[in-house]
Amino acid sequence: MKVLVTVKRVIDYNVKVRVKSDGSDVDLNNVKMAMNPFCEIAVEEAVRLKEAGVASEIVVVSLGPQAAQEQIRTALALGADRGILIQSDANLESLTVAKLLAKVVAEEQPGLVIMGKQAIDSDNNQTGQMLAALTQMPQGTFASEVKVDGDKVQVTREVDGGLQTVELAMPAIVTTDLRLNEPRYASLPNIMKAKRKPLDTKTPEELGVEIKAHTQLLKVAPPAARQAGIKVASVEELVDKLKNEAKVI
Amino acid sequence: MAILIIAEHDNQSLKGATLNAVTAATQLSGDIHLLVAGGDCQAAADQAAAVAGVTKVLLADNAAYEHQLAENVSLLVAELGADYSHIIAPSTTGGKNLMPRVAALLDVVQLSDVMAIESDDTFARPIYAGNAIATVKSLDAIKVITIRTTGFDAAVSEGGSATIETVAAVHDAGISSFIGETMAKSDRPELTAAKVIVSGGRGMGNGENFALLESLADKLGAAVGASRAAVDAGFVPNDMQVGQTGKIVAPDLYIAVGISGAIQHLAGMKDSKVIVAINKDEEAPIFSVADYGLVADLFDAVPELDAKL
Ligand SMILES: Cc1cc2nc3c(=O)[nH]c(=O)nc-3n(C[C@H](O)[C@H](O)[C@H](O)COP(=O)(O)OP(=O)(O)OC[C@H]3O[C@@H](n4cnc5c(N)ncnc54)[C@H](O)[C@@H]3O)c2cc1C
Ligand SMILES: Nc1ncnc2c1ncn2[C@@H]1O[C@H](COP(=O)(O)O)[C@@H](O)[C@H]1O
Repeated sequence: MKVLVTVKRVIDYNVKVRVKSDGSDVDLNNVKMAMNPFCEIAVEEAVRLKEAGVASEIVVVSLGPQAAQEQIRTALALGADRGILIQSDANLESLTVAKLLAKVVAEEQPGLVIMGKQAIDSDNNQTGQMLAALTQMPQGTFASEVKVDGDKVQVTREVDGGLQTVELAMPAIVTTDLRLNEPRYASLPNIMKAKRKPLDTKTPEELGVEIKAHTQLLKVAPPAARQAGIKVASVEELVDKLKNEAKVI
Repeated sequence: MAILIIAEHDNQSLKGATLNAVTAATQLSGDIHLLVAGGDCQAAADQAAAVAGVTKVLLADNAAYEHQLAENVSLLVAELGADYSHIIAPSTTGGKNLMPRVAALLDVVQLSDVMAIESDDTFARPIYAGNAIATVKSLDAIKVITIRTTGFDAAVSEGGSATIETVAAVHDAGISSFIGETMAKSDRPELTAAKVIVSGGRGMGNGENFALLESLADKLGAAVGASRAAVDAGFVPNDMQVGQTGKIVAPDLYIAVGISGAIQHLAGMKDSKVIVAINKDEEAPIFSVADYGLVADLFDAVPELDAKL
């Protein structure tokens, strides 16, 4: 079975983003970029499926600028077999990403598509579900466990009240939650080997998908700042403040 | 045109988050209709009809919708939704699972986690773990929206008298099935609805020590939350996680115990009215958002606080 994994190039999760002073967007100049953490988990899950003999080939896809090659190479170093970059400097909204991925799915015919549940830049949490709709595949979102069983996959999902398990007919889409696995680090020899793995570049035009704007970004502002608080010296003072100043207890 | 809200329910009763979605809808122009899609869900529909501000309840009662599988319900919502200006759900895991699928079927994008409504087509939503707030104008004819429940008060659940209309359409994609679920049982209030939350982090050391927080929570009528580190370490179950990728909460009082205050955690709780931090490291970033910070060992401070309440 072939597994398709998507990886997005995003701001490193340790970096606190700043808003540009003209309020037009966030400032990504000279900011450290990395693979979206949920996509790392997706890659790891695919690699484990391959190690378990369930997956035969792992194809990794990223959409974005030329530089997104770095994230594809990282995925190749972690164990993916080949990469596809859909190169565009345009602002690719989720629906466009899903439409482009649907083309890749049609071409590659994977048994399983593993994606992150959320990109930590847009915080959209929608591309996987959209791809599932466009390809008429079932979806196992927010996965904390994935078990392939013949032509079915059982996915345990992190839902509000606890855990839910669903069974999906394959091909299916899985989006990863944090506790699905703990991603490994790439070893130096594997990083070197990854440089020789195939990486194809395509464009949205070649795939026949029009880049359409569904939204217009009017402004970006920093969140309302919190008033700096005080330190209390004792539990007694804390209780007093909560009762008499904040009046919350 | 009217606004369609997708009700969250367990077939018997309506979930609180739906009431926040109703309030969001009242800030838009148009009648408010609530879709209750489920199996044997008449009771939930009756509750939906009583919500103030709702004019019509659409009841789609069929076994195919019992567990609200997105594969089936999205087909129903996309069919009904074509006649609406807005389709709204709370951004719970249920809403997040369903709505993008609906949006794609309608060839529109979803506006995720909307926290404020400026007009019928312009919305504010957090990006980058809430470190920036984007104001976005939708260019789509149908706006598919999930709303952040902490951004909107709950609508009154009584007094309304909407008509209930039965929807006959049955959509069963036949590609997914529900196997089972394990739901955490608790007598404490739900995290997203609680007025007071006591949360523990890695500093709690182990799961047993959460008993300290539970005792405190019981005195305060509070819910118990956790950081990701505490969940990952197996101290507590995943549904207790507060943060960018967990639950977003904004109680009157949030007490963070043994939590350092990583941006991903702050993203989920920094809109709380009053924040208390108890941490033995005076440099911990949590103190930068805390109204009242106590630099202390939690194993001394929490029992003492418990005793003084
Ligand atoms: C993609 C992604 C998403 C994430 N999403 C979330 C999320 O939704 N929610 C979330 O919480 N995190 C999230 N994280 C993780 C986040 O980055 C932090 O790792 C996590 O919040 C740390 O949890 P913590 O504060 O409990 O642990 P730590 O950072 O280890 O802090 C423990 C704190 O306890 C204090 N302490 C220890 N012992 C005591 C004691 N005896 N008395 C008093 N204080 C003590 C220490 O001083 C320290 O400040 C995410 C990370 C990533 C990459
Ligand atoms: N430009 C992209 N390139 C590759 N994968 C993407 C891209 N955008 C979204 N994805 C995938 O979709 C997931 C969810 O993204 P989002 O819906 O934007 O939060 C991400 O974790 C990725 O796996």
